[in-house]
Amino acid sequence: MDADITLTVDGQVRQVRVDTRTTLLDALRDRMGVTAPKKGCDHGQCGSCTVLLNGRRATTCLALAVAHDGAEITTAEGLADGDGAPHPVQRAFLDHDAFQCGYCTPGQICSAVGMLDEARAGHPSAVTTDLVGPVELTDAEIRERMSGNLCRCGAYVNIVAAIQEAAR
Amino acid sequence: MNPFEYRRATDVAEAVAAVAERPDAVFLGGGTNLVDHLKLGVTRPGRLVDITRLPLDRVEPLPGGGVRVGANVRNSDLAAEPVIRSRYPVLAQALLSGASGQLRNLATTGGNLLQRTRCVYFQDITTPCNKRMPGSGCAALDGYTRHHAVLGASPQCVAVHPSDMAVALAALDAVVRTHGPAGQRAIPLVEFHRLPGAQPERDTVLDHGELITAVDLPAVPATRRSAYRKVRDRASYAFALVSVAAEVELRDGEISQARIAFGGLAHKPWRAQRAEQVLRGAPATAATFQRAAEAELVGAQPLADNAFKVPLARNTLVSVLTELTELTGATEPTQEDTP
Repeated sequence: MDADITLTVDGQVRQVRVDTRTTLLDALRDRMGVTAPKKGCDHGQCGSCTVLLNGRRATTCLALAVAHDGAEITTAEGLADGDGAPHPVQRAFLDHDAFQCGYCTPGQICSAVGMLDEARAGHPSAVTTDLVGPVELTDAEIRERMSGNLCRCGAYVNIVAAIQEAAR
Repeated sequence: MNPFEYRRATDVAEAVAAVAERPDAVFLGGGTNLVDHLKLGVTRPGRLVDITRLPLDRVEPLPGGGVRVGANVRNSDLAAEPVIRSRYPVLAQALLSGASGQLRNLATTGGNLLQRTRCVYFQDITTPCNKRMPGSGCAALDGYTRHHAVLGASPQCVAVHPSDMAVALAALDAVVRTHGPAGQRAIPLVEFHRLPGAQPERDTVLDHGELITAVDLPAVPATRRSAYRKVRDRASYAFALVSVAAEVELRDGEISQARIAFGGLAHKPWRAQRAEQVLRGAPATAATFQRAAEAELVGAQPLADNAFKVPLARNTLVSVLTELTELTGATEPTQEDTP
């Protein structure tokens, strides 16, 4: 069964017809040609399909496109500013060599951008001792907050360093 | 994936009717478990009724000091809510220990309660499973049982409930509010999930078409301390082998009140009433905590690969209670928060 939906993707308003079974990830990649979010596990376990959905990081492989009609989506591709200069998190990933094959990187970057916003808003994590105090982004905090993004190349050390720099 | 009809509900009554009128209709929340099951073929509904745009997304104070959490409040938002962080730390910690940041931004309060077991045999449609296909058998009984139940299981099913949030809610004496074809009701969280018995296909006491609208948290005295501890195979982003939600109040070195629930041990969040009985009125000592844990776990029936869960649960409970009672002894509450 088909449904007509509207999505704003990286600033562009786009209309698309999808089968109701289509995930947001498949709608973006296969129906709209937006290939920054990657299909890794397709079961919500690896984080490579992470985008900013209405400003918050979210996996797109377990979201039905039809349920997100009207949503505003920012992919890693849409993070750069108007002049095409990389987003500070993208710049930090480059500077710190925070990837090897790069497949998980668009998801890592979107997740990092969303995570930094959460930390700035004072949201605690599972390793935060003082639930009501300000958040100090230690390496342990970054590792916990980024645990939904797997990197099979094992670039974690540099990913943590990149996020540390972007947080400053 | 089988084709299905998608409907977006605009009010609660319409949502309930749209599911109640069709045996193969289900509610869609954040979708983080349901959409996975659609892909795996674990469930094949003919209609999805999307409830995420219903106005059930608020955290509100209740008269008397409790808090009402709307069914659509996202797990991340609930964990970040100031009143939850200050008054219900056990709940904030449980929420934050579940899934990942990007999944918690999608997952809802109601959906978290209704997520299904991560038993690998339940999720693998090539194996027998009484929960997925009643009467087909249980592949776990002769399979790998590291993650399975040690309390309250049945010959039909040894699966465990995967939620962290629900374990904290069990310790908090939360109440689930529902709206169904037969009207509204309030179900204590500890009675909301079922033990498998002869009907492992039923995870909860909900009727078909009955919608969770909210979860109510009772008021907590300012002297109460609570915490959630989760033990798992890796440091983050994994389901519990064992978890403990505990709330205690101390008076003159004695435990005046204790509420304990275990996760990872049973088909439902396991409220540890035998342990609580030992704790109430007893001195807050390691020996008391040991006796309490043993009173609860004496009836455990481990499977081939999970005997470790019994000492792990005991040690985790003792450790959490030690930490909580030391904290309670050392510091008095400094602020009185109201929701």
